[in-house]
Amino acid sequence: MIEPILIFKFALAIIVFAISLGVAAYATYGERKIAGLFQDRFGPNNAGPWGLLQPLADGGKMFFKEDFIPAASEKFLFIIAPGIAMFTALMTSAVIPWTSAIVIAGIPYQVQLADIDVGILYVFGFVSMGVYGIMIGGWASNNKYSLMGAIRASSQMISYELAMGLALLAVIMMTGSLGLNEIVDHQKGSLFGFLPNWNVFKQPVGFLVFLICAFAETNRAPFDLPECETELVGGYHTEYSSMKLGLFLFAEYINMFVSSAIIATIYFGGYNLPLIGRFITDPNTLAVVGFLVFFVKILFFIFLYMWVRWTLPRFRYDQLMHLGWKSLIPIAIINLLVTAGFLILKEY
Amino acid sequence: MSFAERTYIIPILKGMMITLKHLFMKKVTLDYPKMTKPMAPVYRGKHILKRDENGAENCTACGLCAVACPAEAITMVAAERKKGEENLYREEKYAAIYEINMLRCIFCGLCEEACPKEAIFLTDEIVKPSDLRENFIYGKDKLVEDMNHRYNFAKRQKHITEK
Amino acid sequence: MGLSEILAYSLGVVSITTALLVVFSKNPIHSVLYLILTFFSIAGQYVILNAQFLFIVQIIVYSGAIMVLFLFVLMLLNLSGDTEPQKDNVFKIISVVAGGLLFISMIAMLKGIGNMNLPASPDSQIGLVKNLGQLLFSKYVIPFELSSVLFLSGMVGAVMIGKKDAEDIN
Repeated sequence: MIEPILIFKFALAIIVFAISLGVAAYATYGERKIAGLFQDRFGPNNAGPWGLLQPLADGGKMFFKEDFIPAASEKFLFIIAPGIAMFTALMTSAVIPWTSAIVIAGIPYQVQLADIDVGILYVFGFVSMGVYGIMIGGWASNNKYSLMGAIRASSQMISYELAMGLALLAVIMMTGSLGLNEIVDHQKGSLFGFLPNWNVFKQPVGFLVFLICAFAETNRAPFDLPECETELVGGYHTEYSSMKLGLFLFAEYINMFVSSAIIATIYFGGYNLPLIGRFITDPNTLAVVGFLVFFVKILFFIFLYMWVRWTLPRFRYDQLMHLGWKSLIPIAIINLLVTAGFLILKEY
Repeated sequence: MSFAERTYIIPILKGMMITLKHLFMKKVTLDYPKMTKPMAPVYRGKHILKRDENGAENCTACGLCAVACPAEAITMVAAERKKGEENLYREEKYAAIYEINMLRCIFCGLCEEACPKEAIFLTDEIVKPSDLRENFIYGKDKLVEDMNHRYNFAKRQKHITEK
Repeated sequence: MGLSEILAYSLGVVSITTALLVVFSKNPIHSVLYLILTFFSIAGQYVILNAQFLFIVQIIVYSGAIMVLFLFVLMLLNLSGDTEPQKDNVFKIISVVAGGLLFISMIAMLKGIGNMNLPASPDSQIGLVKNLGQLLFSKYVIPFELSSVLFLSGMVGAVMIGKKDAEDIN
């Protein structure tokens, strides 16, 4: 006899996987469409109505391109690197609480793949793993541009992880837990009667630091130095072609999706919407509405990623390091101290 | 710079508002194969050698167009009209060979202005692309007006003379 | 044997093999990559013990930060078999002595294990953050704070090295 919880988790895993891939696929379409609209163009509009079949066409193109492996490359590492990038990108979504508990046959089920004690640290760990795909791929290509991209990626990741962690610590201190579920529950209700009780209103500075670091960790513009086309050809994926390149690009979009979900969870109340509990009492309807609310928040952040990409120019390398080490880390530490002070004042 | 200025938050927000505004602006792109830009009435495209209403060629091979041409794209060989060719050529002299090198032509329209016989005009047709240079030397076979497909240059003429 | 025991043994085999490969592979980058695998399999052992915090800290600190730095430096240096200089004999002797000392101390530690009285049924909740934090800030507060002093001294040392370089330039 298989326990129902196992069946539920298995189904949920498949759904989360499908949603991640689907959102990532349509994020590529959205990116091109939004880029077009920002530049007073149409964007893709020929494949299907409004170009909606464009991701399929892109995927088909990727699969049928020549799969080229450079002769001087480390073959095994060269082949496995895009897989690592994809794997780490997909793994992160395991701890995100998608919506409030669903009740099936009287038993409540948490809509979260793994409610582990250290949820936020898990996210952090796998985000920091993400750089391995890039580093190994860049090194195994045996190309100087790829190596430059790989080295830039690793130094960028290490630099911005610190500020990201410090910004997160303030939230963790306020919540008193590392579990993402508790963090979402902590943001129920409203603040001063009119604002939603979201962490972004209590931690605006921390949110800003976290957002900037999230941009840097996903290698998105203005922090796209590891792959900047104008300086490094294609950065770490210069030598990649066919679906291996596709996996690298796809992993970036999945990272974007997952990090949007995490920003929404930590700072924007996850699936919470104030006053929603007053109108809907049925837990299953509430769960569906909660998921939709969460999804809208995620889509907003994906849009923000694209909005920023098509607005701001890329940082120079020394500016990147300067911002990470000399600006964000001190700001995050001061924010941490101020938060700690407030918490102590509240105690006494 | 003060601390607030060094964070660049306000300039970044300003910039993002500018891009956001562009999201809702009218698109400048034409959805090309489905839509085409309207041609100007005096658009200067491929040349044509005009015939009169009987089908006789207007050109007398005077060579003024070739002299006027700043790109020296026009060459011609004149010949005398024989008996029985009155329905083919309007005057006693005609161009036996008339060639325009479309790769040299700058489509300035000076040939059209120089012509005393209203024989050469520029149309709003575009010279067809090709991957062979020879294909761009247009002889009489490509230039002389097709009688089944006549052009009316009255409007174009008006525009040019008004100018 | 239960599932967790099979997992523990196979992870043990993986960690020992990859650890040996770290030593034996010729390319330093491969060594580092094997070391990452070793750390991962050790992290897997922590999961089996339900020590979630240790697991994730192992991944963040060792696999995520330290090994990325290692890889970073090695890729920058671009070491390979033919660029590596031959070590002279004094260096070899010193490393043999140092390694031997480490080996002896490890054997001594293994001898001590038999005398340790482990609880018959380990508390499966002991590895969770709350319990670990309480232990760190009550029973083990002095070693915990001492280790933070150690980190501070490391940071000060790094700053000193950086400062000295700046003076040389001026």
